[in-house]
Amino acid sequence: MIGYTLRRLGQAVIVLLGLTVLVFLLEHIIPGSLARAILGPRASPGEIAAFDRVNGLDRPVVAQYLTFLSHVLHGNLGYSYRLNQSVDSLVVHELPNDLILVGIAICLALAIAVPLGVAQAARRNRAFDHVTTGASVLLYSMPAYWLGLLLIAGLAIGVHVFPPEAPQAASPAGVLADPRALVLPVITLTLVNVALFGRYMRSAAVDTLAQDYVRVARSKGLPARAVLLRHVLRNSLVPVVTLLGLSVPAVLTTGLVVEYVFNFPGLGLTYFNAAVNADYPVELGITVIVGVATVLGSLLADLAYAVLDPRVRYG
Amino acid sequence: MAEVETLLASVGVAGEDCDTLRAPKVLRGRARRQSFAAAFVENRMGVAGLGIVVTIAGFCFLGPLVYHSDQIHASIALTNLAPGAGHPLGTDANGFDILGRLMVGGQSALEISLAVALVATCFGVLWGAVSGFTGGVIDAIMMRIVDVVIAVPAIFLLIYLATVFRPTVPLLIVVLSLLSWLGPARLVRGETLSLRTREFVDAVRAAGGRSSRIVGRHIIPNALGTISVNATFQVADAIIILATLSFLGFGLPPPAVSWGGMLSQGTTYLLDGYWWEVYPAGLIVMVTVVAFNFIGDALRDTLDVRLRER
Repeated sequence: MIGYTLRRLGQAVIVLLGLTVLVFLLEHIIPGSLARAILGPRASPGEIAAFDRVNGLDRPVVAQYLTFLSHVLHGNLGYSYRLNQSVDSLVVHELPNDLILVGIAICLALAIAVPLGVAQAARRNRAFDHVTTGASVLLYSMPAYWLGLLLIAGLAIGVHVFPPEAPQAASPAGVLADPRALVLPVITLTLVNVALFGRYMRSAAVDTLAQDYVRVARSKGLPARAVLLRHVLRNSLVPVVTLLGLSVPAVLTTGLVVEYVFNFPGLGLTYFNAAVNADYPVELGITVIVGVATVLGSLLADLAYAVLDPRVRYG
Repeated sequence: MAEVETLLASVGVAGEDCDTLRAPKVLRGRARRQSFAAAFVENRMGVAGLGIVVTIAGFCFLGPLVYHSDQIHASIALTNLAPGAGHPLGTDANGFDILGRLMVGGQSALEISLAVALVATCFGVLWGAVSGFTGGVIDAIMMRIVDVVIAVPAIFLLIYLATVFRPTVPLLIVVLSLLSWLGPARLVRGETLSLRTREFVDAVRAAGGRSSRIVGRHIIPNALGTISVNATFQVADAIIILATLSFLGFGLPPPAVSWGGMLSQGTTYLLDGYWWEVYPAGLIVMVTVVAFNFIGDALRDTLDVRLRER
């Protein structure tokens, strides 16, 4: 296990380094230069040179990369000249809101998708399975914003049950203080993830149902319900850990869209606004965070899976 | 959807189960193609999906030949007209005919997503096959490169690149392909790892076949089932991501038309009850994606049987 962990950690470190190289390259493909992009078209050559000197952009590329890397390692993600604020303070400010939205949605999605998947597998190829599978194909064939818009049209404009806009408070406490406004964004994010997780749970449960120990449990006379709960559900839960870790990028992508549709004050919306204003440092800083989250997600998924299923370590 | 496939494959859960075990028989050439076609036709969802895709493609590319509408010149006199004579689906805020606009918007969506699926699949397949077949340090390096690019969700990179460069059709194809080849690369590498230890590969090697021949003539053709299923899901994913990009305002700039852009503009009038500016565009995206997903599911089920037949 130690060998596996070390090997997997080493891989993650290499990927994270690669990620910083990628983001560094992204910063350098800006046509003209970063200085031109930030100072604007009217900046004089002298001002551009001064900006480059102050920010170390006149140094060799490798030296610039090392400085960038050291900044990232120290938690310095750059500076937004448009917001006049450091990107890391922006992230620290917005991230808790995202965790609330994503956290609630993921928990709800799991609570729905896990039993649903097992139920689908138990009633495989019957009406219940066909209907729910059809619904989930429909759900993940919808762009997330379309689902959000349908919910707004139905539940906010059609019948005025929930407000069409997410909580507008900037702090996590404020977001939580307005639970009604949180409903529609949470439902949207939950439904999209139910479709993703449910499909996966169904496959896992179908696989488990075909195992010999399930047949043994059945043949020794255990009631069908007990077999499902004690054997199928528990064993199908193991891969859910992996699923959670690997679904980080999908969740972040949907998160961005949902935040945009409902104007939810999180990192996704900040990214969108930065893109509209060509605020490159904010975009790149958030890209680093998103990338790190993805890499950590898949690392944790692999490690957790190795703990839960010893066969992986020796594979 | 391709994402789901990769997820499933990466943790070793079979995508779909198959109840029918048939007696092994080897089919070649036309007989093989006919058996495939016959099995695919049996899958009603797949046939429905194929039918929908053909219909939508006909609607988008042949429709404008029959149904003429001006999608270049805005007209103040025609803004926000409800569906009626002359405009079966009404007009939008700039006076463009919605029905005609759906056709034109679909052209770029289909062109780009099909091209992306093709380019990304070809590149990913080569990358994955070479990586898996070579093994060792080269495999490790090639796969870490995949890990790095996959670490940043495509939509974030796309939005960034759209702010840096002005999106055009070729640029979107290149960028989307650059972000989409990773799934196929991982999938094919996995297949290659299991295929390269098989007897027929040893046989080619013993007969003096070179690595390029083993990969090109034996490994890739054997992984073709997995590859084609994934490619179908790639199309569906590309349509969604394109529509999302243009919905957020980072798609092709005007006068280019896109389904996502129409939806984005239409939502401004959601409160005014101009439903025809929102629902047709949203529905056509959804139906197209569902259709491609149906085809992918059907292909997988069909090829699954064939894999067992081999």
